Amino acid sequence: MNEADNSPEMTVVMDHEAIDAALRRIAQEIVADSEALSDVALLGILSRGRPLAERLAACIEGLTGTRPRVGSLATTLYRDDLRSGRVPATVGNETHFDFDVDGMTVILVDDVIAAGRTIRAALDEVMDYGRPQRIQLACLVDRGLRELPIQPDYLGWSLATAPNDHVAVRIREIDGEDAVLLERGVSSAADEETK
Amino acid sequence: MATVSEGEQRVWTRKDLIGLEDLSRDELDMILDTAPQFLAVSERESGIKKVPVLQGRLVVNWFYEPSTRTRTSFELAAKRLSADTLTMNVAASSAKKGETLHDTLYNIEAMHTDIVVIRHSAAGASRILAERHPSHIINAGDGAHEHPTQALLDAFTIRQHVRRTRGDGRAGLDGLRVAVIGDIAHSRVARSNVWGLTKLGASVVLCGPRTLLPDAFTRLGVDVTSDLREAIDGADVIYVLRIQMERQSKCLFPSIREYIRLFRIDNESLKAAKPDALIMHPGPINRDVELSSEVADGPRNVILEQVTNGVAVRMAVMHLLVNKPRVTA
Repeated sequence: MNEADNSPEMTVVMDHEAIDAALRRIAQEIVADSEALSDVALLGILSRGRPLAERLAACIEGLTGTRPRVGSLATTLYRDDLRSGRVPATVGNETHFDFDVDGMTVILVDDVIAAGRTIRAALDEVMDYGRPQRIQLACLVDRGLRELPIQPDYLGWSLATAPNDHVAVRIREIDGEDAVLLERGVSSAADEETK
Repeated sequence: MATVSEGEQRVWTRKDLIGLEDLSRDELDMILDTAPQFLAVSERESGIKKVPVLQGRLVVNWFYEPSTRTRTSFELAAKRLSADTLTMNVAASSAKKGETLHDTLYNIEAMHTDIVVIRHSAAGASRILAERHPSHIINAGDGAHEHPTQALLDAFTIRQHVRRTRGDGRAGLDGLRVAVIGDIAHSRVARSNVWGLTKLGASVVLCGPRTLLPDAFTRLGVDVTSDLREAIDGADVIYVLRIQMERQSKCLFPSIREYIRLFRIDNESLKAAKPDALIMHPGPINRDVELSSEVADGPRNVILEQVTNGVAVRMAVMHLLVNKPRVTA
């Protein structure tokens, strides 16, 4: 799949500046929405949601002086497509947060929302850890194709796509650069992981 | 995001877990890498120690030999994965009435089982069943042959300890020296550990009374000695086997007093070991026979960690067996 990322037909939907601006706007919206940022926790969905959650936390700290707590959600054990035999490719990709979610505003952070199935799994996982006051969702890109009634509360960019379009998100901390790339009509729907 | 691959995706393909002799190093690593997320489930502060990974599945524990530790560990592992569990009480089962092993399993499977965990006194029992039956078979000990989940949890415990003490989250067992002490001849734990540890890059020395130390083991690339001090000199891990009184015949075993004098791990014999060597034991301990109380309760022991890790490793094995892809490439 990596070869496809480098093909000339890929359109850059968001570059570093656009991603940065979107995250800053989302941070402002979270600040405006939250009564007490000390009660806000950002849970990044592994793997690319985690660095996005860290960046949002840094933006929020820059705006208010308060840094929300940040953790990671793997969602692996709650997926509805467990029969893939997939093994975590890298060790350390486990759910981890060292705070209690009881009474908190938990904001799930992910790079792309499509089907909504990952978020469904994340909701179940978070609720096994405690009872948050509320749970919200922040996504960098919404590519449509929803299969469940789940919508982001904070969104960077909305992108109308077909199932066989290929959307690639690259995040500096993981991929060495920031970019959202779109290639029309290349991959079969079966190649795409349902999100 | 599926469209960007996250490095090499390893895929589990086996239906059953019979022995570590069958597994590649990559497969061993897959199990050990899958276990930490299940360890985290057991340690949740919310108290909800359950994930829906095997929701609605049936796991049957079928034990022909007495076992408390292994059976409860499997049962708890299945329950934490949200499976239903059933324990076959063999003393009250049809084995006494002359039903064959295959027929008994056909009857169990008629209740739509997913996983059958079996312990049997005959080496190879689990393999014979796995070849004919559609259930996922997990060997929980077959005679003196193998006890694969025990060796997996042992390797996992060693790896966790190495990673913690070295502060290196990727460290493995490569280059470690493990001394296994006791009745090697009758020990399925020793056999599985020899396969597992050597495949994971550790070197193994086996030590016990000559009569309980078959030379055949040298062909598996391990050292054998009857000198305890030689065995534990330089060892990073000292693995003490339980003296299985129920399996001893007088002609092979010296006397308890002689065994204690020559092979017991205590503060005196440990003078020959590295000061930070780990002490492990598969349980249950015969206190002050193979292991002195001061060492069993001492700072180097990870015996209860082994028990905790056992549940996580068994959860990982059940998850991989049942949730493997329906069609394998």
